[in-house]
Amino acid sequence: MSIEVQISHHFQGFDLDVAFHAPAGVTALFGPSGAGKTTIIQSVAGLLTPDEGQITMSGRKVLDRAAGINLSPQKRNIGYVFQEARLFPHLSVSRNLSYGPKARGQAVDHGYQEQIVTMLGLDHLQDRRPQALSGGEKQRVALARALLAKPEVLLLDEPLAALDAARKEEILPYLERLRDHAQVPILYVSHSVSEVARLANHVILLRDGKVAKAGPVEEVFSDTSAAAVLGLRESGAVLRARVTAHHEDGLTELSGAGTKLHLPHVMASVGDDVRLRIKASDVMLSLNRPDGISALNVMEARIEDIHAGQGPGVLVRLACGDAHVLARITQRSAKTMALAKGQTVFAIVKSVSVAQADVGT
Amino acid sequence: MTWLADYLGPEGFAAMRLSIWVSLWATALSLPLALWVAHLLVRKRFWGRELLNIAVHLPLVLPPVVTGYLLLVTFGRRAPVGQFLEDTFGLLLAFRWTGAALAAAIMGFPLMVRAIRLALENVDPKLEEAAATLGASRWRIYVTVTLPLMLPGVIAGAVLAFAKAIGEFGATITFVSNIPGQTQTLPSAIYAMLQIPGEEPQAFRLVIVSTAIAVIALVASELLARRAANRGGS
Repeated sequence: MSIEVQISHHFQGFDLDVAFHAPAGVTALFGPSGAGKTTIIQSVAGLLTPDEGQITMSGRKVLDRAAGINLSPQKRNIGYVFQEARLFPHLSVSRNLSYGPKARGQAVDHGYQEQIVTMLGLDHLQDRRPQALSGGEKQRVALARALLAKPEVLLLDEPLAALDAARKEEILPYLERLRDHAQVPILYVSHSVSEVARLANHVILLRDGKVAKAGPVEEVFSDTSAAAVLGLRESGAVLRARVTAHHEDGLTELSGAGTKLHLPHVMASVGDDVRLRIKASDVMLSLNRPDGISALNVMEARIEDIHAGQGPGVLVRLACGDAHVLARITQRSAKTMALAKGQTVFAIVKSVSVAQADVGT
Repeated sequence: MTWLADYLGPEGFAAMRLSIWVSLWATALSLPLALWVAHLLVRKRFWGRELLNIAVHLPLVLPPVVTGYLLLVTFGRRAPVGQFLEDTFGLLLAFRWTGAALAAAIMGFPLMVRAIRLALENVDPKLEEAAATLGASRWRIYVTVTLPLMLPGVIAGAVLAFAKAIGEFGATITFVSNIPGQTQTLPSAIYAMLQIPGEEPQAFRLVIVSTAIAVIALVASELLARRAANRGGS
């Protein structure tokens, strides 16, 4: 299952013109506010009719302005999770959950419902009213409600934006599980780099109503030109690594980026794949293999691209084995070191964060 | 009920029964229309919306006698609409209880629409959007989301209209006159009795009954609205 989107829409002082393809898995629509993320997702849902374009869900045309096709939201078979949950305040949690199947005249699939309810940890909340739920619980109910409608596409419109950091941490594992188990494409609108790094399989970077860059998350996040959209402070590569050993001194050894990496204990079993995020500003470069240095992770790398921005810094894209890492250094350093494309350098990584354990395959 | 009949006398008791009957009909018939008009005024943008708004509110500001007179020239037996209704449906309004119900409905309509409109304005259209994405048809959304959420306001509007119908005097007496047993409602009966020397104690009993009905209606609406609010949790 997949979804094809090609739409353009004109607002006052703003033009949206995008085309992209979202396969099964999480496709993040990422960009600053005003980039057109919500317009796109609302168009997919049928809550907004774009001026022109077409949208196809698993081969089924739900919108084709030229051919006069424009299915109502009811007929698009989507699951939409809004930023503000939008639970029905007059219905209990369990009746909120059964709303979708009932509205479509389907018998409630109790086995499936139980599976979703368990997956999202809602067993004990069934009889509650939405008003008696915490923000995180509300969002989980909203997610379950959308899933129980058995959608062909799941649309998540900044589902975590209204939550504090602790609540986000509470929900993210559920979303990860959902991504790995649901067979449907998930469009995930977000302006949080860390959320996208952690959840997305594919990323569509939006800027001023256009697609600035699209592709697998590892590719997009290691692209130097994408850094401007991601924000310099947040820019950094996402790469995969496999856990090879847990050492007695509390470090976990991983293999990735063509080398061995050592991280403080990673919650994953030996053999598991994890997703690592290395911020560009946490990477130093050295012309020689550094000696007598406290940093544990040093990778031999080849410079692929040097991208100077407007500020005093440059972004250097490095190829390390089969992975890419970004380093942000000053222009002055780049000049004194005489860095050039194709040159071999050593990247010293000051800190690596595990974006997400259990990447699967 | 015999004690009440004895207490009020045949004429007074008939007036009370007729008033309740007429008011129930007036409320029941205007409710669907009021829901529709409130929906138009809140959710739709169309040419003539302001005009509709003014038309709905007109009975509130016009002297009731004027409303009654306008009803008479529209729905009277010789008037075009009245003649049409009589010929097609056999429905006679002028000088009948049906006319009293129409007059009461029109006088209570603005109050009902106002209450429902306020309630509808407080229903978040985003919830209806959410229901649409879950596959609910428009009608289903209205019945399962919109209506339950505005129920307290709908109840309040219905009770207000009912109370207004019970107390309606000017338009009713102008349109359907004051025929004992046929079109004589509580207020017209009280008015008629006050015209006759010595009937004042009789009139006073009807005053007590009117007051009781009004109080009961208010208390009932308060309770219903509270229950609906607990269920709806708006």
